[in-house]
Amino acid sequence: MTNSRIQHVIPGALILAIALLVTYLSFTEEPAEAFLFPRIISVAFVGLAIWNFIRAAGGMAKVGRGVALQDAKNLLPGLIVMLILVFWAAKALGFYVSATIAFFTVYSIYDPAPHSSAKDWIKRAVITAVFMAVIYSLFALLLKVQTPRGMFI
Amino acid sequence: MEFLGYFGGVFEPIALMLLFAGTVGGLILGATPGLSPTMAVALLIPFTFHLSPTQGLILLGAAYTSTVAGGAVSAILLKIPGAPANIATALDGNEMAKRGEGARALHLSFLASGVGGVIGVLLLIFLTPVLAQWALKFGPSHLFWIAILGVTVIGSLDSKSFVKGLLSGCIGLWLSTIGTDDIMGADRFIFVDALSGGITIIPALIGLFAIPQVLDMFAKGRVSAVIDTVHVPRYKFLDSLKELIRSFRALSIGTVIGSIIGLIPGVGGQIAGLVAYDQARNFSPQKDKFGTGHSEGVIAAESANNAMVGPSLVPLLTLSIPGSPTAAVLLGGLLIHGIFPGSDIFDKHPEVVWTFINSMLLGQILMVIFGIYTAAWAARIAKAPIPILAAGVLVLALFGSYSVGQSMGDVQIMLVLGIGMYILEKFGFSAAPLVLGLILGPIAGDYFNNGSMIAAAQDGPWVYFFTGPLNIVLIVMVVASIAYSFWTNMLRASFAKSPLEGASK
Repeated sequence: MTNSRIQHVIPGALILAIALLVTYLSFTEEPAEAFLFPRIISVAFVGLAIWNFIRAAGGMAKVGRGVALQDAKNLLPGLIVMLILVFWAAKALGFYVSATIAFFTVYSIYDPAPHSSAKDWIKRAVITAVFMAVIYSLFALLLKVQTPRGMFI
Repeated sequence: MEFLGYFGGVFEPIALMLLFAGTVGGLILGATPGLSPTMAVALLIPFTFHLSPTQGLILLGAAYTSTVAGGAVSAILLKIPGAPANIATALDGNEMAKRGEGARALHLSFLASGVGGVIGVLLLIFLTPVLAQWALKFGPSHLFWIAILGVTVIGSLDSKSFVKGLLSGCIGLWLSTIGTDDIMGADRFIFVDALSGGITIIPALIGLFAIPQVLDMFAKGRVSAVIDTVHVPRYKFLDSLKELIRSFRALSIGTVIGSIIGLIPGVGGQIAGLVAYDQARNFSPQKDKFGTGHSEGVIAAESANNAMVGPSLVPLLTLSIPGSPTAAVLLGGLLIHGIFPGSDIFDKHPEVVWTFINSMLLGQILMVIFGIYTAAWAARIAKAPIPILAAGVLVLALFGSYSVGQSMGDVQIMLVLGIGMYILEKFGFSAAPLVLGLILGPIAGDYFNNGSMIAAAQDGPWVYFFTGPLNIVLIVMVVASIAYSFWTNMLRASFAKSPLEGASK
C-alpha cells in the first residue's frame, strides 16, 4: 500500500468509525422520538462513509494530498502553543497574559528574522504589545467581555 | 420601492461608522494574502453580538462586499489572490502591474467591482421580495427539503470530490444534532461536558474557517516575509473611468454572469470570476491579449465576483440557502441575532433587512472610493508578515469564540473543530458544506419534526414528505445537484488540463 493510500485510509477509517457509532447510538438510544432526525442523517452518513472508505482503500481517492511530513514538523510548535493556550493557559494564567505569551511565542517561532538579533526581539515585543493593547481595548474596554482572570489577567 | 423608505437607517451615525469600519477593514483583510473573506466575516461575527441586529448586519455586509474586492489587491500586485473569487483577476492584473500599471489595474478592478456590486445589490432588492412571496406557499415538508437541498448543493458544488462534499455536509448535520433535543429534552451524542450545550454556531464557524488557515500559515514554517511586489506609480482616476466606459462589453459580461451565478446556491465567486473571464475573452476581438495584461480581463473578473455578492443573498434571505460560503457564515450572523430567514422575513424584520440591503448599496460606493484612495499604498497591506497574521488570527479566534457565550467549552470546541477541519481539508473535504450542515441541521430537524406531527395526523410520512408537486420538484433538485456533481467529477480530469484551471491552482 502506498504512502498516499495509507494517508487516505486512516481518516477514511476514522470517519467510518464515527459514522458507525452515530448510527448505532441513533438506533439504540431512548427516547426514540428524539433520535428520528439523527437516524435519517446517520443512514446517509454511514453510506457515504463506507463509499469513501472503499475508495480510499482501493486507491481511488485522488482529491487531497494529505499532510506532508515537513508541514507537520513546521506546524507542530504552533499547534502545541494553541493547545496549551486553549486547554490550560487561558484559564490558569488569565486570557490577556496567556494570549500575549502565545502571540509572542508564535511570532518568534515563525518569524524568519534571525533569533540572535536583539533588535528583532525588541521589534517582536513591541508588535506583541501593540496588538494586545488593541485586543484589550476592543474586548475589555469597548465590548466589556469578562474573560477568565486566572493568576494574572 | 419599499426599500427607499428604510434608507434613513443607513445614515445614522453609528450605522455609518460601522459601514466605514466594515468597508475599510474588509478591504485590508481582503488584500491580505492568507485571510479569506469567509474567515474575515466569521471573525467579525462576535463583534456584532454586542450590536443591534441592524448594526451587526451592516458591519458584516460591508465586510463581505469589500473583502471580495480587496482580494484583487494581492491578486494584482503579488499574483496571490486574496480570495478564490480573485483567481481570474490575477491572470491579467499581475501582468499589468509588472508593466508598471498596477494603479490602473487597481482602479479598474475597484470601479468594475463597484458597478457589478451595485447591479448585484439592485437584483437583491428587486428579486428577494418576489421570491419571498413565492416561498409563502411552502409547508414544513418543502422547507425540510429546501434545507437538505442547501446542504447537497453546497456539498456537491463546493468540493472537488462529491462523496467528500456530501460526507462533509452529513458531518455538519450530525454535529448540529449534538446537545439536548428541544422537544423531548433528551441528551444526544454528549460525549464530553463541553458538548452539553450543543455546538454553538459562531465558535464553530471561527474554528472551521480561521484555525485551518492559521495551521496552514504554521505549516509554511519560517518563510521569508519579503514578498516580491511591484512598484505602484500613480494613475489618473478619470483615465480609468473613461477606460471602464470603453470596456462596456467586458463589464456587462462580468456583471450579467456574476449576477446569474450568484443566484445559484453554492457556486460562489471563484466560478463567477473564471466563467466571466472566459466569456469576456471569447467575445473580445482582442482574444490574444488576454493573459498578457489586458484590462478587460481584470474588468470582467472583478465585475463578476462582486456582482455575485448581492444575488448570493437572495436564496439566503428567502429560503435559508446561502449562495456562497461567506453567505453561509452570514446566515450564522443572522441566526445569532434571532433573525430566521424565510418567506416572512420582510414582514417580521423589514427595518433590519432593508437597512442591511441599503447599506450594501452604499457600501459598494464606499468600497470604490476607499479602494481607489488606498491603491497607492495597497502594496504595503498585501505584504503583511505571515507570523503576525497567524498569531493575530489565533488570538482573535480565542477572544471571538469566548465572547459569544463566555464559555471555555466553546473555545475548546472551536479549536478541536478547527484542527479536525485542517486535517479533513488536506484529504479533500471542504468546510463550506460542513458549516451548511451545522447551520441548516436544526432548521431541517425542526421542519422534519413539525412535518412528522402533521403527517401522523394525515396520511403518514411517506405521503406527506414524498408526494405533491413541490415536494417532487425539490427532491428532483436534491438528486440533480448530486448527479450534476457526480458528472462534473467524471469530467474533472479533462477539465484540469485547461489553462484556466491550471491558473486556479
